[in-house]
Amino acid sequence: MAEPLFSVRGLKVALPDMTRKPLIGRAPLAEILKGLDFDLPKGSVTGIVGESGSGKSTLGRALVRLLEPSAGSISFEGRDISHLSEAELRPLRRDLQMIFQDPMSSLNPRHTIFSIIAAPLRQNGLGDRLKERVAEALQRVGLPQSFASRYRHELSGGQRQRVGIARALALAPKFVLADEIVSGLDVSTQAQILTLLEKLAAEMGLTVAFISHDLSVIRRLCQQVIVMREGRIVEASATDALFDNPQETYTRDLLAAIPLPEIDADWLRPKPPA
Amino acid sequence: MSACLDIRGLSAVLPNGQRVLRSVSLSVQPGEVRALVGESGAGKTMIGKAVLGVLPKSVRVVEGEMLIEGEDLGRLDAKARRTLIGARTALIPQDPLTALNPSRRIASQMTDRLVRILGWSGERADKRIRQLLDEVQIRDPERVLKSYPHELSGGMRQRVLIAAAFAAEPRLIVADEPTTALDVTVQKQILRLIAQLQRDHGTAILFVTHDLGVVAKVSQKVSVLYAGKVVEEAETAQLFAAPQHGYTRALIAATPRYTDPYASLKPVDESVLAGLTAEIAAADKEWRPSHG
Repeated sequence: MAEPLFSVRGLKVALPDMTRKPLIGRAPLAEILKGLDFDLPKGSVTGIVGESGSGKSTLGRALVRLLEPSAGSISFEGRDISHLSEAELRPLRRDLQMIFQDPMSSLNPRHTIFSIIAAPLRQNGLGDRLKERVAEALQRVGLPQSFASRYRHELSGGQRQRVGIARALALAPKFVLADEIVSGLDVSTQAQILTLLEKLAAEMGLTVAFISHDLSVIRRLCQQVIVMREGRIVEASATDALFDNPQETYTRDLLAAIPLPEIDADWLRPKPPA
Repeated sequence: MSACLDIRGLSAVLPNGQRVLRSVSLSVQPGEVRALVGESGAGKTMIGKAVLGVLPKSVRVVEGEMLIEGEDLGRLDAKARRTLIGARTALIPQDPLTALNPSRRIASQMTDRLVRILGWSGERADKRIRQLLDEVQIRDPERVLKSYPHELSGGMRQRVLIAAAFAAEPRLIVADEPTTALDVTVQKQILRLIAQLQRDHGTAILFVTHDLGVVAKVSQKVSVLYAGKVVEEAETAQLFAAPQHGYTRALIAATPRYTDPYASLKPVDESVLAGLTAEIAAADKEWRPSHG
């Protein structure tokens, strides 16, 4: 087993529950993550799967320390980063990159693609050879060099997502958080983006956490899968084991609920009473 | 017996003359589910809107006919057309939160259509929606009827809208991506429910979706759309057994299948799309609307 890049123990995250906020005063805290233990081995792609409210996005945001844990620890390369200050985190930011669900809202409409990819390079002291680095980043994700002078609205959904990937990978990070990056895309584009990420992760030896509500897209991409429900880990195992021999009822239900593109007359029959 | 819905050679254009629907023909027989599948921009929602008579003002139908149970909508005046569409069709929308008025309770929103458009008495409408809430397996109708939309879960809201759609016994329902916003386990429950009510009421459904998995499970017939054009039309079982058009084959191969990860998720070959786009552009050059 490869040495873990991330080692997470007893992780809890509590966030203000705005639905219960009194008119005046603070919102009470709700525990979103209720004690998680897992490792992310170096150079592996891990799928984090769950339905809405499972806490998968909160977990992602805790890993890259956009959120501070309320209990437990997150070790990154053996160093506990759970309570580092923003200043202490700054040198780590370059290694912890993100690709977002909706590239339309995560790319600045007033900036060219060049300046979108160049900005984090400048901020992280990689401002030399800027043209070269941006050109390399575009090439890596299969976009023509002429795209550097374009704006977000001139690109298709798939092209925008490629820019998001190019921006994250230009910094040669150690870890990439990909949060629902194909959910807004058409199937044909979705397949392109997944294939691209699969290829780049292997080439660059990236450690990736791939968050998705959809188990069906992760089998080929991920080496291991964590299934979450209501802030807890239901099941975590190697990908093939999870798909071929799911141990938990919830995982089996999730798999059975996916409509495969195959004729199956029984699929819509009501469940026999248990 | 005439088809429940019969669309013949329907073309529509934007103000700049760009075609958004390209001689679309399709029919839905009574009690049948026809899926309308395509990627974004294929025009599938546009067709649904045309059927319901709610096309955006900027879209102009320039040729073709649309018949509901044999009645040609083009031969009716605006008022008669609205009445016919209102009485015989209904919509299950994609996003139940935007389809419901956030400031009104569920009860009045559900009875509204029955009372105001179909002229039912309040009592009759109330009785009817309770019956339908029972059919969609809502066990505490009192609470749901008194709720505001935000107080219900996504799955509950979609149940409410399914109940509302079936309440007036329409002959045809347009279901526009009705489960796209839902979690996968909830999606399965909702698809089951729609299938159950569809069978019990003998309603025809035009089922708009981008998901070939959903197509395989819910429909008997299917039309595959690309750029406002029907590229393939078949019985659903036939489409999956022997897809005829290159685009259909590419779409099926791109759809994820966790049971077969290496044979699925294949990126669509650019040459298939380029060929299709060229074919459509050539046809557009030749095309003159037959009337209008």
